[in-house]
Amino acid sequence: MVQVAIGAGAGFAGDRTDAPGPVVADLAGFSGPRFLMFETLAERTLALSQLERRRDPQRGFNPALERFIGPILGRCLAEQIRIIGNFGAANPRAAAARIAALAREQGLRAPRIAVVEGDDIAATLSVADLAARETGGHILRTAQDIIAANVYLGAGPIAHALDQDADVVVTGRVADSALALGPLMHAFGWRDDDWDRLAAGTLAGHLLECGAQVTGGYFADPPYKPVAGMADIGYPIAEVGADGRMVVTKPAGTGGRVDRLTVIEQILYEIHDPAAYLAPDVVLDLTDVAVEETAPDRVAVQGARGKPAPATLKATVCIDGGVLGEAEISYAGPNAANRAALAAETVLERVRRRVPHLTVRTDAIGIVSVLGSDPGLRADAFAPDATDVRLRFAAQSMKAADVDILLDEVEALYCAGPAGGCGVRRRVTPRLASASCLIERAFVAPSVAFVGDAACA
Amino acid sequence: MRVKTVRLTEIANARAGDKGNRLNIALVCRDPAHYPALAQQVTAERVAQVFAARKPSRVVRYDLPRLAAFNFVLDDVLEGGVNASLGLDGHGKSLSYLLLAAEVEIADGDGA
Repeated sequence: MVQVAIGAGAGFAGDRTDAPGPVVADLAGFSGPRFLMFETLAERTLALSQLERRRDPQRGFNPALERFIGPILGRCLAEQIRIIGNFGAANPRAAAARIAALAREQGLRAPRIAVVEGDDIAATLSVADLAARETGGHILRTAQDIIAANVYLGAGPIAHALDQDADVVVTGRVADSALALGPLMHAFGWRDDDWDRLAAGTLAGHLLECGAQVTGGYFADPPYKPVAGMADIGYPIAEVGADGRMVVTKPAGTGGRVDRLTVIEQILYEIHDPAAYLAPDVVLDLTDVAVEETAPDRVAVQGARGKPAPATLKATVCIDGGVLGEAEISYAGPNAANRAALAAETVLERVRRRVPHLTVRTDAIGIVSVLGSDPGLRADAFAPDATDVRLRFAAQSMKAADVDILLDEVEALYCAGPAGGCGVRRRVTPRLASASCLIERAFVAPSVAFVGDAACA
Repeated sequence: MRVKTVRLTEIANARAGDKGNRLNIALVCRDPAHYPALAQQVTAERVAQVFAARKPSRVVRYDLPRLAAFNFVLDDVLEGGVNASLGLDGHGKSLSYLLLAAEVEIADGDGA
């Protein structure tokens, strides 16, 4: 029986760029059709890419694609390992052109590169149209300008591109799981209403989309959850049959672990109702999924069930969210907690005078910061004996000048604050606000074009 | 039957995920034999108490007996989510460990 192997080369834009190498080496030894997927497009990343594209029309794709696929493009082309990635971000055509150039620079044959488009609906629907379709909030009601509005496309266009012999498929926003479901629909000819198969392919994509998160990454907690070889963790490969049953594994000789526990953590990652995980192509029901360890680092997964695809498609819409300002300062040695608390009081008093409406969060890193959520915390009350306290201040505003006042006040602690303050660091980052919308399918027209074709000049 | 008190981290795994201001935490029994005890004790109400400081507007538990796992969904606990939170962990990634710090009772001598 034919099996299809799909490897994951990246689970996010900042992922290890040497991860695809061992995956490609393993896929090359696999007898059936084989694919390599890259998921590099977090919710915010696309809006940031859109801003980049506005500044430079040649940019707006994920520049990490060179580091991800540069080292493996030649071997993938030679071994017929076909690449699918959403690194196109806000500019899939520019990404495709960059990949074509990479192949030329490396003296490779010209790959057949497909571009999937149609996810960008910013020109199709007005701000008011989008606001009327917002779910779970109302931030678009008062929005002036949209930075990015993108629908999560399904697997159909990816399968269509592979049907037309694409070596590389570049997408913008698609459902992460579609990066695996597309190749499976192509390889097995699954119909777009074969719900249980589509559900299985969606589950395969869900297991692969976060890279090492299913092979022992983001898992280790010794002694309870030991993971060997974390510096060389192997990225996952799913071997999928025409019936939708699959085995999750990782390349030979790599670190990490694949077992019942690593797989289950990823099955439920970012899931809400396990009976109804909404994807563009199918509603995935996980309630009867079973996992079984069949050999070391091999886990069989089966039992995904599908229900008909949702009537609408989810879109993420991003608008300007102003800026986030953060500043930190340390106090150490005897009485450090008291001095830190005095520093916090001093900053807050001065900020209240200068920008009364600004909400400031204060953290004492190492004492109360990550799990705590009290803006007015007192480091001295939580840990009076602390001898190494790092204070952190944060505020957000549509006006950069407001948060600058906070950061200036923290810096001014150097000369005018309590004794021994040190190590001020300050940073301002642009913020985006995002909304979810449900878009009728009639407004969305996915398309596939090939580099070099007239339609993709 | 003798029982002993353990922190969840000694017998279970957890992973947090976010969507906007909504958090999910998967709680997985390392030994499926602990599933009934956790099903009885780690209720949605109990988890709402653990997260009381974050004022969840709603907590739902979904049961996955075949996986010896639970999925908790907590609404409005991420200070607005990654695009709005002023905290260091806007995604709520670390909140799995807030749950794992909770204590449960299991049968003594029961492979913790």
